[in-house]
Amino acid sequence: MKYTIKEDPHKKEEVKEIMELSGQNIFKCIQCGRCSSGCPMAEFMDILPNQVFMLLQEGDVDTLLQANTPWICAACFTCTVRCPVGLDLAAVMEALREVQLRKNYDYVDPYKVEERDILPPIALVSNFRKFTP
Amino acid sequence: MELKKIMFYPGCTLKGVAKNLEDSTVESARVLGYDFVELPNWTCCGAVYGLAQDSVKFTIANVRNLIRAKEYAEEIGDNRLVAVCSMCYNNLRRAHIDVMKNRDRLKTLNIFMDEEPDYNGEIEVLHYLQFLKDVVGLSNVKKCVKKPLKGLKVAPYYGCLLLRPKEVAIDDMEDPHILEDLLKALGAEVVDYPLKNECCGSYHTVDKREFVAERTYKLVSVAKEVGADVIATSCPLCFFNLDRRQEIAKDKHHEFEYMPIVYFTQLMAIAFGIVSEEVLHFDRHFVSPEGVLSKWL
Repeated sequence: MKYTIKEDPHKKEEVKEIMELSGQNIFKCIQCGRCSSGCPMAEFMDILPNQVFMLLQEGDVDTLLQANTPWICAACFTCTVRCPVGLDLAAVMEALREVQLRKNYDYVDPYKVEERDILPPIALVSNFRKFTP
Repeated sequence: MELKKIMFYPGCTLKGVAKNLEDSTVESARVLGYDFVELPNWTCCGAVYGLAQDSVKFTIANVRNLIRAKEYAEEIGDNRLVAVCSMCYNNLRRAHIDVMKNRDRLKTLNIFMDEEPDYNGEIEVLHYLQFLKDVVGLSNVKKCVKKPLKGLKVAPYYGCLLLRPKEVAIDDMEDPHILEDLLKALGAEVVDYPLKNECCGSYHTVDKREFVAERTYKLVSVAKEVGADVIATSCPLCFFNLDRRQEIAKDKHHEFEYMPIVYFTQLMAIAFGIVSEEVLHFDRHFVSPEGVLSKWL
């Protein structure tokens, strides 16, 4: 993939917002790929976790907001506990969801959920907490 | 024998679809000499912890539960709160650690809940597995076994929330053995299950069933490959995903074979000689474990 960096990503508001919400310095990522190689949901993502950090470091938050990746992450923390530089990737994924949810965006419509009679309450509560404002 | 009272936090799911987890936990604890008393006026734990820096709201319900526990602890003279649902344990424990580390957040929460007494870290949150290992002792568990599960091959499945993030891990994050040790104390044969700490797909089961079914396919197939008869878990969401999503997995992969999923507490109850359906609730399983467990029932 070829990228042209037009402005200093450190100064980009969108990047700063993600860093502030997640409490993580995304510029620490060294692109080792350990997150993506151990991610149980990686096969369903269109941008891999390490690529998320590459794009953030390049200041390309827009591409990430179009990606399914933050909505596929299951917050299992496998990457978080394995990251050699101590980045909490799950928190960064949460921040990428939050910037959208806080604009009153519903990723899941609770009224359209099927199997309500058999789903455990924790499935519904956690799903709506992650996917609705 | 006088039973020792211990505070127990059941959580929403144990009151409904996971009645089998609640009853087998309470009854197995009773055999070991403990009366698991339900925490009065508990509320939902919120299932997932807020990860954004300003998500204080996700901590409110948990701290409120810890305040309920603090009040009740004075009454029974024990500050330990036991949870068995992995999500409940994770949330309560994280909230406790979070507010102990972040005093500003604790102050905000205490002010917000000005109708409540302040929380100041009085409660020790334990998972039932920790309670069995550190409080009861596995040698004492072994003494209560009436029907050793000899010959039953069990794959221990931890999932995520008992082991991650690091501050709440009940054992080594990459190679835990606390569940194996318990299963061995019950006389079961524990298989080496390489996916024991991999995610089941969690809450995606609501809107992305197919993805979760793929996870289930992999987790169950590997368990079968390493020779397991059943998978034992402690999380009602892992249980639901691994049990119920086998139906879609089977539709997609015709060679797939069903495998029963059980709670480790059900195995404990059975080993202690409790075989009543009122405790085990096998009617709540999609894949019935009665066949593989028939020898002990």
